Amino acid sequence: MRGLRAIITKEILSFFTSPTGYIVGMIFLLGTGIFFTIDLGNPFPEASLTRFFVGLDFGQTTFGGVTLILILIAPILTMRLISEEQKLGTIELLLTSPVRDWEIIIGKFIASFIFLLFMIGLTLYYPILLFLLADPDPGPIYSGYLGLILYGALTLSIGLLASTLNSNQIVSAVVAMGILLILYFADYASTVVTGFWSTFIQEIGIKSHFDDFHKGIIDSHDVVYFISITFLFVFLSIRILESRRWR
Amino acid sequence: MTTKKEDFIIEAGNLTHYYGPQPAIEDVEFKVQRGEILGFLGPNGAGKTTTMRILTGYMPPTRGTVQIDGMDIVKDSLECRKKIGYLPETVPLHTDMTVKNYLTFMGSLRGMSRRSINEQLGNVIEICRLQDYYKTIVGKLSKGYRQRVGIAQAILHEPEILVMDEPTIGIDPIQVVETRRLIQDIGKQQTVVLSSHILPEVSMVCGRVLIINQGQIVAEDTPDNLATRLQATQQILVEISSTNKKIQPVLENIEGVTGVKRQRNTDNTTFEITVADGYDVRDAISKVIIENDCSLLSMQLNSMSLEQIFLKLTTSEGA
Ligand SMILES: Nc1ncnc2c1ncn2[C@@H]1O[C@H](COP(=O)(O)OP(=O)(O)O)[C@@H](O)[C@H]1O
Ligand SMILES: [Mg+2]
Repeated sequence: MRGLRAIITKEILSFFTSPTGYIVGMIFLLGTGIFFTIDLGNPFPEASLTRFFVGLDFGQTTFGGVTLILILIAPILTMRLISEEQKLGTIELLLTSPVRDWEIIIGKFIASFIFLLFMIGLTLYYPILLFLLADPDPGPIYSGYLGLILYGALTLSIGLLASTLNSNQIVSAVVAMGILLILYFADYASTVVTGFWSTFIQEIGIKSHFDDFHKGIIDSHDVVYFISITFLFVFLSIRILESRRWR
Repeated sequence: MTTKKEDFIIEAGNLTHYYGPQPAIEDVEFKVQRGEILGFLGPNGAGKTTTMRILTGYMPPTRGTVQIDGMDIVKDSLECRKKIGYLPETVPLHTDMTVKNYLTFMGSLRGMSRRSINEQLGNVIEICRLQDYYKTIVGKLSKGYRQRVGIAQAILHEPEILVMDEPTIGIDPIQVVETRRLIQDIGKQQTVVLSSHILPEVSMVCGRVLIINQGQIVAEDTPDNLATRLQATQQILVEISSTNKKIQPVLENIEGVTGVKRQRNTDNTTFEITVADGYDVRDAISKVIIENDCSLLSMQLNSMSLEQIFLKLTTSEGA
């Protein structure tokens, strides 16, 4: 377990000491801040964090908010994780150290998750302000944050997988963004087709699973979705790292 | 077989590795005694790095086995890896950390406790002479100092086996000398396996040399024995103060001489005499020259250098 701990510690340190960490954190706060400001200007009497969570209303659907910003930002957080080790060749020392391949992947995942929790933690001043300025319904805010954490973990797992797949950080980020955007826009596509495919596309889309959370509903079905997809991608990353040895 | 008590810490059998259709190494077989410094010598592309990577558990061989202290490198990979310190060829380091943080990280990656890391840090910093660069970012160090950090991380956890892939490549000559001395020091306590394409280096540092070429081991011996084996044909250059032709057949008649080449200059002659293995004919040569009323101007023994052996060993194709 010392190896796992060493990896987590090292990665967290490098998130907090690298310029990337700060730039990503800044963009995250700036972006989410804009949507929160729109929440504050909401003409309706019921104060909420709807804009912050899912963005602006476009009739049937919403677009933007922290859910969209994470799709752009999580891949930048994770792109370095394995790609850089492959590029620098440090992977050779990692893989010849007495740590298991899963410890490497899980360690890196946990580190990026902790940094994400830190960034999400920084946004807590939005609900605090909201509670001070208005009288919001706390339920949707709590459940929204729970959903956000699960949603964030999923975005990181996809970013991690992309980073494991190749040694070019930019490619890793772009691949992860691509996968995430497809999953994000799957909901829109689901309205184009009907029947089974509509349900299927909606089922794999990330946004429909998030929507319940910000409405104050914690559906075990959504929780299971996020956790199992996250596990799946982390598991795939481990297998791909293992298969590196056989190439 | 040696008569010494045998205690092999590494046993590699029939190692074969394919990256593509051609094997990078084929049926490589060797054993390493505990405490030995073993050198792999071979030109670029010979298969040294491939062998090192298999030894250290970075990748499994396509065929064959490696036993580290009796354990299989594939099946008991984790236990084997604990016993090994590794300096890869390109010295890959995390460039954004300070030397101290990097070494601490590598120590904990190898399962060391915080306390033993702190105890050992001082030692390796001193051994690798990194005192002035303790707080420097690794990425800002020169190649030579990075090499030292690479060695420091490899010996930090006091591994029983140290594997170094071309440890002196790309660093300046003064640091090469230091690094070799360092390896010799380390080799007093630990088993060292290193690779190199520089002959004098291997013969200076190693107790035993495996010569690898095109993925196969083509020779194995102590550096001294290799030299002796390849002195099998020595050459003697003799210069005499006469242009008399008659002396050539006399020289050819000396027991052990296999060939004489004559090169006539204006007022003296140089003979290039080849001698078979195990003969010392210098005495006989000087005698016959005096007996033939010439005077001996110079005599020079021209045994082949290890470099030449190396060329000979590794350029002979096919066979
Ligand atoms: N990752 C790789 N993929 C494909 N071929 C490789 C790879 N690494 C080495 N080789 C090939 O295997 C052979 C042995 O290479 P290597 O073990 O690196 O030799 P050395 O370290 O002695 O220079 C060479 O022909 C090389 O081109
Ligand atoms: Mg090499």
